[in-house]
Amino acid sequence: MNAEHYPLTHLRELEAESIHIIREVAAEFERPVMLYSIGKDSSVMVRLAEKAFAPGKAPFPLMHIDSMWKFREMIEFRDSYTKKFGWELIVESNREAYRAGVGPFTHGSKVHTDLMKTKALLDALNKYAFNAAFGGARRDEEKSRAKERIFSFRDKFHQWDPKNQRPELWDIYNTRIHKGESIRVFPLSNWTELDVWQYIRMEKIPIVPLYFARERPVVEIDGNLILADDDRMPEEYRKKAKMMNVRFRTLGCYPLTGAVRSAAGTIEQIVEEMMTTTKSERTTRVIDFDQEGSMEQKKREGYF
Amino acid sequence: MDAIGEYLEKDEQKDLLRLLTAGSVDDGKSTLIGRLLFDSRKIYEDQLDALRRDSKRMGNAGAHIDYALLLDGLKAEREQGITIDVAYRYFSTNSRKFIIADAPGHEQYTRNMITGGSTANLVIILVDARTGVVTQTRRHTFLASLLGIKHVVLAVNKMDLVDFNREVFDKTVAAYRHFAGSLGMPGITSIPLSALEGDNVVVKSKRTPWYEGLPLLEHLESVPVEPDRNYAGFRYPVQYVLRPGQHFRGFCGKVAGGIVRKGDTVMALPSGKISKVSRIVTCDGDLDYAFPPLSVTLTLEDEIDVSRGEMLVHPDNLPEVNRNLEAMLVWMDEEPMDISTPFYIKHTTNTTRARIDSVRYKIDVNTMKPSQASLLALNEIGHVYLTAGRELFFDPYQTNKQTGAFILINPVTNNTSAVGMIIGKIDVKDMHRQDALAVLDLKQMGIDRKHYPAIEKITEELRRQGVEIKLILD
Repeated sequence: MNAEHYPLTHLRELEAESIHIIREVAAEFERPVMLYSIGKDSSVMVRLAEKAFAPGKAPFPLMHIDSMWKFREMIEFRDSYTKKFGWELIVESNREAYRAGVGPFTHGSKVHTDLMKTKALLDALNKYAFNAAFGGARRDEEKSRAKERIFSFRDKFHQWDPKNQRPELWDIYNTRIHKGESIRVFPLSNWTELDVWQYIRMEKIPIVPLYFARERPVVEIDGNLILADDDRMPEEYRKKAKMMNVRFRTLGCYPLTGAVRSAAGTIEQIVEEMMTTTKSERTTRVIDFDQEGSMEQKKREGYF
Repeated sequence: MDAIGEYLEKDEQKDLLRLLTAGSVDDGKSTLIGRLLFDSRKIYEDQLDALRRDSKRMGNAGAHIDYALLLDGLKAEREQGITIDVAYRYFSTNSRKFIIADAPGHEQYTRNMITGGSTANLVIILVDARTGVVTQTRRHTFLASLLGIKHVVLAVNKMDLVDFNREVFDKTVAAYRHFAGSLGMPGITSIPLSALEGDNVVVKSKRTPWYEGLPLLEHLESVPVEPDRNYAGFRYPVQYVLRPGQHFRGFCGKVAGGIVRKGDTVMALPSGKISKVSRIVTCDGDLDYAFPPLSVTLTLEDEIDVSRGEMLVHPDNLPEVNRNLEAMLVWMDEEPMDISTPFYIKHTTNTTRARIDSVRYKIDVNTMKPSQASLLALNEIGHVYLTAGRELFFDPYQTNKQTGAFILINPVTNNTSAVGMIIGKIDVKDMHRQDALAVLDLKQMGIDRKHYPAIEKITEELRRQGVEIKLILD
């Protein structure tokens, strides 16, 4: 034993683990892609990818599956961030379904998510023949995610089989796949929500302003505070919009993402709020309430 | 700075403990984890709400909240009432962050305990105070020792059901120590507790005045993990070569052992070429030194060729460099071992072919007795001889987990068929000579002489790639 000390904070340990994972994918896969959701977890993941290859650039593009119903501020942030940091950005959408009028207000969250998110994602992965896709999911988010491997095998139909996962030991990842199969890789698996916020604060990582409280026009729909983000929101709702001090704990499609009343305008205040109020973050996501074990079902079908 | 800012500054400095919980289905393992999460106030309110709803519908813990439901996430498991795969849980206290790998205790799922335990600093082995040390306790302890987990907590649970009787506890601990001692397990800490009622989980129980040690959580907070890392021999498997332009060539990797400093003389394996570390690059600026498990990028003073799968080391502290090795192998595949399969071996960042030359013996995980075997089936553990397609740079697993561990991948199904822990190199003379090399007797195969030059050329090419084939020409 050496007399010196080599203390390692949990954030540095998690950072080292994530960078190792990201590099492993770059080294072993021909066509990797990083799925970019524009949320805070994605922002951390993208930052880690920048770190992994500095002073060079990551050897893969970012891909955003645009459901066409994202918050406007997300799209603005996406475009400015990727431009500023020199990322190659692919944006894919299910335009056919969109032209056919599919949307959360008219078709409900299940149909909208199936077509505009899951199908759009699978089509895009097939289109570019990506065989490894990074996602920003964390194991502490949701019960079925807690059991998923960091390198998560998907069959030809992009399906996850929770009962037939490859053993994953140490930091040795089995990256071998046959043609048509793929791996989803979750470099943030071991990060918690608090870790993510701390890292954003420590590293001064830019995030979408929607995370911070501000006066915004919101409408209460089925117990959720929905932002009146554009005039695709039906008139009957829009006319009920009221200005409230709110922020968003997660970001997705604006009609499916509830705001929380808040005065937290800084990361410190957000963390304080997170630790004193005790609702876990996914409760503001409308899509989770569809059916029992619904996230597990979506994962099996290929959604992250 | 405001209070929360100060809190965050302090919180950022916490270190991380990874722990594995092992126990039988009925030992109350999930209840214990639920209790740790609950009592450390990290279970969010709505998760609790969902839990209360679920408990009413299908719980089996009587009037108590069924903590197990919180953990057994997947539908299939909820129906069966058992945990079937490793689940990871996160919580933190004022002094440390924790990652729990919750591994199932069921016999057929040994592979999941191995999976959950590979990165653990500490293992909690649960026993039921009423039954004491049982077969599964032995199995889990053996697996923990095989994985080289440095800290063991023997949690004697359900003390409430034996009236917190000291003799029961002492007897269990004595029986456990007797058996664990034979495995050479390091520090064992034994704690009497009741996960269901919370005794000695977070706070010391008034019902065990005879117990002088710490409650479980305080013990978990105080176990030192920093000295467990290997700081002795510098090992740097090159993961990725970074060439953003003509003027920069960096070798990306994670330090797998030892400490590297700017200016250190390093040797590249297998070439044996020597250079000096000119920079230790990170995105946030150069470092003077790096230690495990940091991910960094090294640049060297000389233009020597190093690729992924090769290793940088200090020339005065070399790993073994060999194609022939002996290892403990845990079979993870439903399909039993077929010794003729040309597996892929993934060891550090190096992937090559590997062949299992022979199974020396297998070990019964319940009795720890060796027995003759010619192959291994799911969940079986054996001592094997292996030959890799090219040289590996390794250390015994018990010296360095990072450079002593490997996986075997089936080339047809791509399954991770087995995982291994290296014991050491073997001299080829220890193996059956005819097993040592693939042999092609061209004459016996009735191949026309005119094809010999082409076959020799291919063999030569394969040798360059690390696959040795012996040709018999006449």
